Amino acid sequence: MSNAYDTLMARKAEIMKKSVGIDYSIYEYEGIGFDFEKLMSDQGYTIESIREIQLENMVGNTPLVELKNITAYARKFAKKGYGARIFLKDEAANLSGSFKARRAALAVHQAKKLGYKGVIAATSGNYGAAVAALAAKAGLKCIIVQECFDSKNVSQPEILEKARKCEAYGAEVVQLSVGPELFYYFLKLLDETGYFNASLYSPYGIRGIETLGHEIAEEIMAKEGKYPEAVGVTNAGGGNLTGTARGLKDAGAINTKIIAASVDLTGLHMASDTDFNKKSFTTGHTGFGIPFSTYPDRSDVPRSAGRPLRYMDQYVVVNQGSVFYMTESLALLEGMERGPAGNTSLAAAFSLAQTMKENEIIVVQETEYTGAGKHLLPQLSFAKKNGVELLFGNPLDEVPGKNIIFPENGGLLQHRELNMDDLRRSYLKRYKEVTLTEEDYQFLCDELNVAKEKILELL
Amino acid sequence: MINKGSYVRIRKTLLQPDERSSNLPEETKKVPYKMWIKGYTLEDGELFDIAEIKTIDGRIVKGRIKEHNPAYKHNYGDFVPEALELRNRIKGDFHE
Repeated sequence: MSNAYDTLMARKAEIMKKSVGIDYSIYEYEGIGFDFEKLMSDQGYTIESIREIQLENMVGNTPLVELKNITAYARKFAKKGYGARIFLKDEAANLSGSFKARRAALAVHQAKKLGYKGVIAATSGNYGAAVAALAAKAGLKCIIVQECFDSKNVSQPEILEKARKCEAYGAEVVQLSVGPELFYYFLKLLDETGYFNASLYSPYGIRGIETLGHEIAEEIMAKEGKYPEAVGVTNAGGGNLTGTARGLKDAGAINTKIIAASVDLTGLHMASDTDFNKKSFTTGHTGFGIPFSTYPDRSDVPRSAGRPLRYMDQYVVVNQGSVFYMTESLALLEGMERGPAGNTSLAAAFSLAQTMKENEIIVVQETEYTGAGKHLLPQLSFAKKNGVELLFGNPLDEVPGKNIIFPENGGLLQHRELNMDDLRRSYLKRYKEVTLTEEDYQFLCDELNVAKEKILELL
Repeated sequence: MINKGSYVRIRKTLLQPDERSSNLPEETKKVPYKMWIKGYTLEDGELFDIAEIKTIDGRIVKGRIKEHNPAYKHNYGDFVPEALELRNRIKGDFHE
């Protein structure tokens, strides 16, 4: 490591504090835990004020549509009396084209309120476009830092499109090669500019999504006279799941099952220069979803406000071929052309619905915009150029990086269930050698949503 | 010749392989950590010269000019016959 690197990393806490406007140390307990609820409620926002800020910014109140044809399609493969009704929240209708605008609206509002001149976000995804759009509206400067290209200077087409979109909103885009040192340069930029860290994992980044959970609960209640039995959430950094679940529960939907869904990229290393361009999904995948669930504080703030295992009832994965299959199905059967990554939980819901009764409801809580680069065709064309084979068959046989297997027919599109206890065990592994106090156990019970006996058993 | 004030994309090496994070897969560890950024050149120069630019945000960054008037080149890719087959299969499967 160079001196420049070490010197800067040593100032991490100081730079963070200055750039997020939150002193995280006041929420820390003596042992391993911290006061999550206080961190969330302390920042001066209520669900009503968040709603108001979002509506002023063309964010939220997105259409909720029943996917009648896709439901009918799923029922073709379900037992008699099974095949839940599938609803979809069309989040692509938000300013900048994804649910990420909900998070950005609050982060940018806070930056403006605290008097920052600009905002910075580290993201290769839709969040960059969301921050850039909201910053443009708020009259703030904006820098987006992306992990974008490999050592041969080849970029993911999806990420190039997001860079274009950020620039369309007047933001500066810094594009970096593959590696976790992105965080180093991100800190350097925060230090150099004095801008606000519009982190995906700040309380603003998570509370902004609570309105989505509220809308789902209220809209299904108004239409159907009950809360949905299940909500499927695409899971990467854990914020989408945390915010949606908190919103649902706050609105009264306490029994709605929260199902996480990720694209299965098992075997591809996220920091690998050679694996980088072999994947067809740059977010919503297990490469983020699993590590961020089992260790949320790996994020770019001292304590992540995205803590998915607190709320997750079930975690399923689907392969890349299945998500592409449902992306095409959504366009062909429902007339909705949307971006592939946002359809991860839709692919899972298609299969999950077949395990639920036909009078039950599963809500898919997002869609995202689509366009050049960020679309099935360029992504499949790019995969082929990188030596990935496209096949029809059983999607469960897919080997990420080697092939993409589209289900031969809808009946073969199946989710694979992850073992929740394995995830909890993985979360707990760093406490194996630690002597835990009662307060620590209570924190772990809240973190993993289980009783103390279960924690002891898992440890 | 690239005139002062032209819009360019530069590339800069931020960390040499031996300066990179220790916790990396082998294939990543052996390559430098690089950045691309766009802006207006502050001096006359040629392609592949080292030059200073002023970015959209107003920051001054130095690097090697890789592109003059950088265009967006991402598109809808090459024709993918499998995508067409996918459409046909879904339609057939749904209506069957």
